[in-house]
Amino acid sequence: MSSGQPFQTNNAIIKWIDHRLPIFSLTNDTLVDYPAPRNLNYWWNFGSLAGLALVVMIVTGIVLAMQYTPHVDYAFDSVERIMRDVNGGWLIRYIHMNMASFFFIAVIIHIFRGLYYGSYKAPREILWILGVVIFLLMMATAFMGYVLPWGQMSFWGATVITNLFSAIPLVGESIVTWLWGGFSVNNPTLNRFFALHYLLPFVIVGVVILHIWALHRFGSNNPLGIDAKGPQDKIPFHPYYTVKDAFGVGVFLLIFSVFLFFAPNFLGHPDNYIPANPLSTPAHIVPEWYFLPFYAILRSVPDKLLGVVLMFASIGILFILPWLDRSPVRSCKFRPVYKWFFWVLLIACVALGWAGQEAPEGAPLYISRVATAYYFFHFLVLLPLLGVIERPKPLPASIAEPVLGGGEVWSNAAAKPMEKA
Amino acid sequence: MMKKLVFAAAAAAVAMSLGAAQAAEGIQAPKSTWSFSGIFGTFDQAQLQRGYQVYKEVCAGCHAMDLIAFRNLAELGYNEDEVKAIAAEYDVTDGPDDEGEMFDRPARPSDYFPNPFPNAKAAAASNGGSVPPDLSLMAKARAAGPDYLKAMLMGYEEDVPESVLQQIFEIETEKNRKRAEEIGLTDYNRVESVEDLGLPDTSSFNAYFPGYGIAMAAPLGDEAVEYADGTPATLENHAADVAAFLMWTAEPALDDRKQMGIKVIIFLLIFSGVLYAAKRKCWADLH
Ligand code: HEC
Ligand code: HEM
Repeated sequence: MSSGQPFQTNNAIIKWIDHRLPIFSLTNDTLVDYPAPRNLNYWWNFGSLAGLALVVMIVTGIVLAMQYTPHVDYAFDSVERIMRDVNGGWLIRYIHMNMASFFFIAVIIHIFRGLYYGSYKAPREILWILGVVIFLLMMATAFMGYVLPWGQMSFWGATVITNLFSAIPLVGESIVTWLWGGFSVNNPTLNRFFALHYLLPFVIVGVVILHIWALHRFGSNNPLGIDAKGPQDKIPFHPYYTVKDAFGVGVFLLIFSVFLFFAPNFLGHPDNYIPANPLSTPAHIVPEWYFLPFYAILRSVPDKLLGVVLMFASIGILFILPWLDRSPVRSCKFRPVYKWFFWVLLIACVALGWAGQEAPEGAPLYISRVATAYYFFHFLVLLPLLGVIERPKPLPASIAEPVLGGGEVWSNAAAKPMEKA
Repeated sequence: MMKKLVFAAAAAAVAMSLGAAQAAEGIQAPKSTWSFSGIFGTFDQAQLQRGYQVYKEVCAGCHAMDLIAFRNLAELGYNEDEVKAIAAEYDVTDGPDDEGEMFDRPARPSDYFPNPFPNAKAAAASNGGSVPPDLSLMAKARAAGPDYLKAMLMGYEEDVPESVLQQIFEIETEKNRKRAEEIGLTDYNRVESVEDLGLPDTSSFNAYFPGYGIAMAAPLGDEAVEYADGTPATLENHAADVAAFLMWTAEPALDDRKQMGIKVIIFLLIFSGVLYAAKRKCWADLH
């Protein structure tokens, strides 16, 4: 593995500081000279996009918090005051609302990128697990954030989701009462959700730092899924990936802006513009779109407890993924069989998302059952099995070779599986 | 049996009302063209003023508009004096004064529109048990927004075209047939008239309201208000104008938002283009 140049400067002040607190060296090593594989494709942009989204969420969130009132009698109106009377308030609020969705889009693509190229395999297991932790924290944060405007969907969504915990035998009811801080979703619930919604993004920042720390231990994986052999396989992060990431940011913000400025409520639910009313239940209670696949899994089984267990297991399974996939080859490029099942998994997840917004009966119910069954079959049966029976294609000898088109020295995958780092 | 699955997911309380709420839903509201449709669309101030007039003369008797202050009307093109004059037509309760008494005074531009009823119970009592909802956010609180509002206001039995009625009768007949089939019956009720829908006496038929039975009697008709600008006082104009006005009350920053959006998108197109060129140039020496 090649390493970057040690940080050098002629500026005496920077030298003086860096000697005592090597913050310039650290920045240099992480963002400037950090050696990255030379063949990363655009699917590798989504990590930095997720990071951007996190920063945008924190900045807009803090500004919103300056005007927001976490009280059942004032929350809804305080949000509307932000929309109407705070200078630029509508912009800040719509950014926060829509960037939450785009944060999920970026992270979901980021996860599927990892699945396709086997980025979760040794030696990046902890990196992957930290990613799943981030994903869980994001879902908790988004769920509590959605409660804050105290519209009908806020209230009823919170009621339905917190009630899931009542499925736990014996202590379920007590847990729900404890979560609510009372006997229904009410002011104490709103208050604590606000406190936690403010806290969790900073916990995410902490886990992202660990995530990047773990990433930099072995460097990025790459579309070929093989380890770098020497300096010719790597390029410095700056300027190559800074400019590529910056271009990605431009495109990401462009698509984001179309929603932000021309359809800011497209991804939301109209019922959330009706103030919360505990006495009137909306006709359909649907969660935000990024929860729909999990909601579909939850409702695909007739037993509440089993549904809850499966829903949590669908994420829990990702924690042990590095050990479920027995194949020594990382990238799907060289896995002729698994490659197809990757797409089946993607289709199953999209189908679950669709089924999640329909009433659980008839065709949607049937589809969500098939897709749920496939989801678990994929991770628990297919992956372990394929690792044994699949014959991977031969791996290239190094990253530079196919990229630079030099030579035809292809090593045999069976003879030479994934190199140990 | 399948519906039980909903129950498994939701709390018992939620679930029980869910079953009840799964009654028939209205048909799709037809799409209208609005001055504020599309990327470059903006509010038409003259229309908003007419819509405000409809609200003031018809709807305000029952519906509150809590989020709108008189000062906001300046955005409809009224000048300061006009806004003051409009406000002064209303009385608001203020106080307590030095004697500890509440008192009424003419409204000022900073006051919010007063509520027609002192509380929800009073509102329900005057409206056959249904509370007229606040209209400030109505255009964003319904899926089809202003299209729905316009269609609903024109959706009463006397006003909708025969073809729409027939469409509803067919849908409902088909639903009855399916329901009968599910429990193994061959006999089912054909829906051939509004009476066959079996709506409660307290409600009026409305083609676009979910469940067809609305507790609001048709508020508009031809010549419901007389427009100062000579626009024909037809039901359609009234409905469109008040729907546009309610879009403004729901989303007053719509014009600013779109204008800013166009600028930002032009900027981002150039920004991304430049970065793409820079990326190509930077990477050129690698391959
Ligand atoms: C006589 C009182 C009265 C007047 C006048 C009136 N409404 Fe209503 N309105 C009601 C009541 C009562 C309801 C509740 C209906 C229900 O829930 O069935 C209602 C409901 C509504 C709804 C909600 C429909 C839905 O989808 O839930 C809208 C929108 C509405 N009115 C608009 C208007 C407009 C616009 C005007 C003026 C042109 C107006 N109303 C005039 C009494 C009135
Ligand atoms: C707040 C959310 C997240 C941020 C800000 C973030 C950030 C990043 C960044 C900047 C990178 C390096 C660039 C790249 O490879 O794209 C990265 C790599 C990685 N992330 Fe994340 N990430 C997030 C969430 C996740 C999640 C939820 C997972 C998986 C469940 C995950 C798994 C990975 C993996 C496996 C890598 C290394 C991939 C490789 O090099 O092939 N990340 N992350």
